[in-house]
Amino acid sequence: MSRNLILGGLLTSVFVVAALLSFVWTPDSVEAMNITNRLKPPSANNLLGTDHFGRDILSMLMVGARTSIAVALVAVGIGMGLGVPLGLAAAARRGGMLDEVIMRMNDLIFAFPSLVIAILITAVFGPSATNAIIAIGIFNIPVFARITRGAALSLWKREFIMAAQVSGKTRTRISVEHILPNVANLLIVQGTIQFSLGILAEAGLSYVGLGAQPPIPSWGRMLADAQTMVSLAPHVALIPGLTIVAMVLGLNLLGDGLRDALDPRLKVVRA
Amino acid sequence: MLGYIVKRLISLAISLIVASVVIFVVVEIAPGDPASFMLGINAQPDTVAALRTELGLDQSKFDRYLSWVGGMLTGDFGTSYTYRTPVAQMIVDRMWVSLPLALFALTLSTLIAFPAGIFAAARRGGPGDLAVTGATQLGVAIPNFWFAMMLVLIFAIQLRWFSAGGFPGWEKGFWGGMKALTLPAIALALPQAAILTRVMRSSLLDILGEDFMRTARAKGLSARQALWRHGLRNALIPVLTIIGLQFAFLLAGAIIIEQVFFLPGLGRLIFQAITQRDLIVVESVVMLLVFAVIMVNFLVDLAYAAVDPRLRTRV
Amino acid sequence: MSLLSIETLSLAIHGTPILKGISLEIAEGEITALTGESGSGKSMTAFATMGLLPKGVTTTGAITFDGENLLSLPEPQMCDLRGREIGMVFQEPMTALNPVQTIGAQVMETILIHKAMAPDRAEKRAREVLGRVGLPPDRFPLSRYPHELSGGQRQRVIIAMAIALRPRLLIADEPTTALDVTTQAQILDLLKRLVKEDGMALMMITHDLAVVSDMAHTLNVMRQGEIVEAGPTSEVLREMRHPYTRQLFEASRHQADLGAARAAAPLLSVRNVSRDYPLPRTSLFGARPMFQAVKNVSFDIKRGERVGLVGESGCGKSTLTRAILGLEPTQGGQITLDGDPVWQDGHANLTVRRKMQVVFQDPYGSFNPRHRVARLITEPFHLLPDPPKGAARDTAIAKALSAVGLKPEDADRHIHAFSGGQRQRIAIARALIIKPDLIVFDEAVSALDVRVRAQILDLMADLSRAYGLTYLFISHDLSVVRSITDRVMVMRAGEIVEDRATAEIYAAPDHPYTRELMNAAPQLPDFPEAQDAPHPAL
Repeated sequence: MSRNLILGGLLTSVFVVAALLSFVWTPDSVEAMNITNRLKPPSANNLLGTDHFGRDILSMLMVGARTSIAVALVAVGIGMGLGVPLGLAAAARRGGMLDEVIMRMNDLIFAFPSLVIAILITAVFGPSATNAIIAIGIFNIPVFARITRGAALSLWKREFIMAAQVSGKTRTRISVEHILPNVANLLIVQGTIQFSLGILAEAGLSYVGLGAQPPIPSWGRMLADAQTMVSLAPHVALIPGLTIVAMVLGLNLLGDGLRDALDPRLKVVRA
Repeated sequence: MLGYIVKRLISLAISLIVASVVIFVVVEIAPGDPASFMLGINAQPDTVAALRTELGLDQSKFDRYLSWVGGMLTGDFGTSYTYRTPVAQMIVDRMWVSLPLALFALTLSTLIAFPAGIFAAARRGGPGDLAVTGATQLGVAIPNFWFAMMLVLIFAIQLRWFSAGGFPGWEKGFWGGMKALTLPAIALALPQAAILTRVMRSSLLDILGEDFMRTARAKGLSARQALWRHGLRNALIPVLTIIGLQFAFLLAGAIIIEQVFFLPGLGRLIFQAITQRDLIVVESVVMLLVFAVIMVNFLVDLAYAAVDPRLRTRV
Repeated sequence: MSLLSIETLSLAIHGTPILKGISLEIAEGEITALTGESGSGKSMTAFATMGLLPKGVTTTGAITFDGENLLSLPEPQMCDLRGREIGMVFQEPMTALNPVQTIGAQVMETILIHKAMAPDRAEKRAREVLGRVGLPPDRFPLSRYPHELSGGQRQRVIIAMAIALRPRLLIADEPTTALDVTTQAQILDLLKRLVKEDGMALMMITHDLAVVSDMAHTLNVMRQGEIVEAGPTSEVLREMRHPYTRQLFEASRHQADLGAARAAAPLLSVRNVSRDYPLPRTSLFGARPMFQAVKNVSFDIKRGERVGLVGESGCGKSTLTRAILGLEPTQGGQITLDGDPVWQDGHANLTVRRKMQVVFQDPYGSFNPRHRVARLITEPFHLLPDPPKGAARDTAIAKALSAVGLKPEDADRHIHAFSGGQRQRIAIARALIIKPDLIVFDEAVSALDVRVRAQILDLMADLSRAYGLTYLFISHDLSVVRSITDRVMVMRAGEIVEDRATAEIYAAPDHPYTRELMNAAPQLPDFPEAQDAPHPAL
């Protein structure tokens, strides 16, 4: 096992465990405000200090991890669930109408950065975590469709696929039975990367108020709240920021480690 | 070559049309009537009706789409529901902040990434490579708006080299404007530079494994000469794709960064518009952003053809 | 004194020995061949001489070029030597040129990088040298890009780059392996001519004994990092003191035992078949131009016949094969097997597919790497309405594996545990398992080393005799087809130009193109024992 894999796996698990733990236990309540105890630096009572309402930052981060992970995970699920079948279908009929339509739709979605999608959705339906998920998820679809199609196309040229065709299998069946398992590694690695990008995107959206709404804690909004306090108590901005960096770094290391362990030649996309 | 351009132009036009339809339809779904919203709950029904006529809301959806698109083509983006001023003027004013910011950031990102990527690829596996790769690993993990806050904390609040936000306006002098945009541009550029460096490095490393690089060595080029003369231009093709994508991210990312630095750009405009349900502004700014992305992709396609002669002969 | 002398050169990659103390000498004006199967270390010898070894390689011994030991020469001096004193030509002309630079720029670079002459003179020299390699500047201006040239033309550009400064040693690493046989002959002639004109030394690396048999002065036979036999080519081929040389030689001209020719009712019938492909548009609005890859082709294959289909790349044989297999529809005519059309109502006819199987070229690419052998070879069971299950399935697997010379236990292993030759056996087992009438071999032995190839050809012949199988054997290689067929069809530009019994066609080819192919194909001398073996002609 590579160093990347271990370090990334450890970092990622810390956040997942913290998020799961927050369902049953947090050091302090995230709703209890205590104005007298506001903006306190880290101490034995509040390991990571308190925010401008006197809430325990560690507890906020633990609950916020739930939001981040849930949003990013579901968004990856949407991207994979729709993008992979589309990519497989496009590759199975290369150059056909379906391929053309799918790829043009991809290009179209690529023209809408996820933040722009979020703005559009928010403008119409109002801000919420669900809308953040949809915005990030929609943006993930062409990413998965494109890499799946690319990998599948090169597999379709391989002789074992031709052998399967000669054996009378349909294109759909070949896609599921032969192509999908052979692109699985790529999807796992790309999934990890999209997960980390999802965490970043969610933080950005909730920072500008387009993500999870109060009282649901989220990392991005913690930073938004911290902005005016940054000169008074730098830790309220520093700690949530470093948390995001650590989580994203962990996922990226995990992705690199997985790629090295599964197949170093995988062509992942990072943009 | 001409055929290539014409084909790209046609696909560009189609993308723009489809995108405009999507945006129009999404905004149409929005609940609530802008006229009633603007006039408040106590408005008389006939005033609302008059305003609806004035805003063109009483026409059929298809007619409104046509007049929206037709208006944009002639530079008329309609009238803001909230401010009752032409949207086009509002956008132009804000563009003078957002566009320079994105370009500034793109320039910075490219200026950092090219040397760093080449440096790392040329020293594959060495300490220099590890340092660059480690730095990019960190760079891609940093949220740009948080990085922006940290820059403000250090350079504006602690060191007082820059102001913490705001924009003096270009009419107060070019350098003043650039100074106000410096921290935002750095905040935008660094995470993008990290991505671009990684792409540059891996693209170069891919090329280093190509047969023609060995041919170059066999001719008597040193490893470095082969990298510069044969590797770079070939490695540029995937890098161009990413630069194109990044411009889109920079424009969109600028929206968030403008919030951090209180810059009066498109980002501030769009967030004000959302809170005030000024949908015609949202619609137009989104269309403009999408237009910019599609245009940049078109330019990237042209750049491909300039770099890769194989594309020129194809139609 | 010789120009290049390699003395007890040993080479290891990360500790794994690749070369084990080889020694050889090359004199100016002399062609020295290094031959052997894959993994013998012949290419590594070339890269060691060029000083272009991958990272992690350690060497001992000496490579002396013109009095200097190249192994201890510092890199800047090595750079100075490469391209000026030692040139190199590579195997893959399609990828060995920089796709974004003109051929002129690439040829001139050799000259300019060594500051051998001023740019204007370098340009003149580039034109000259391209002309010398058969690319006259009036038809091939310096402004051409590699993608506008064919494989053979690109190889000429690479040769031009290598000889632009008249190096004293030229190293050619499998320079014709990727080329068609007629192109190969031209490139070999070109190399011979250049050696003669410039008096340079040529180190020629090839897996094909026939290619060098009438070209090289000296022959070095390599196996697993050692030179097992060396000497003047004619002598080595005449005496063949080392058993390995003899094995290589015999395997190259191996004739499989097909048994008596059988002729019965037609099995496969191809009638007036045409296949069209749309080409990229040349103008934006006109109709897409079509390329007719197969033009109105007709032939029959009788049950039990072993038929070869030979042609160079782009002749349409692969397209025709795909149509016969029912992978793609035809644009005209009909293909029937046992009276039933292979393509019906817009898709492949399953009853026909059941009677037909295929073995592909690439022993590494024709299996899903994730599956075990049992699952791989039973894939054609999908064609059967009632595939065997349980014990019947196991029996079928065991029988198929035994038939191709493998063990029934191999069924549980993964494909990566097998060598290239074993994989082709598994591919044949997969084809046999549903007892087809016709097996199509699509370049099925082209990727194999010559001794393995001989074994696989024997296996094919055995199976055909034992089961009365009908074969369609598609290949670019005349000598392979000769050894395994009753009848040969020669294809060119979408048409079958000659279709006759194998013995007849090889004895007296009728069509000029067949004759051209035959003449171009490198031949081993007929009787290695004969005393009057011709001296290599230059």
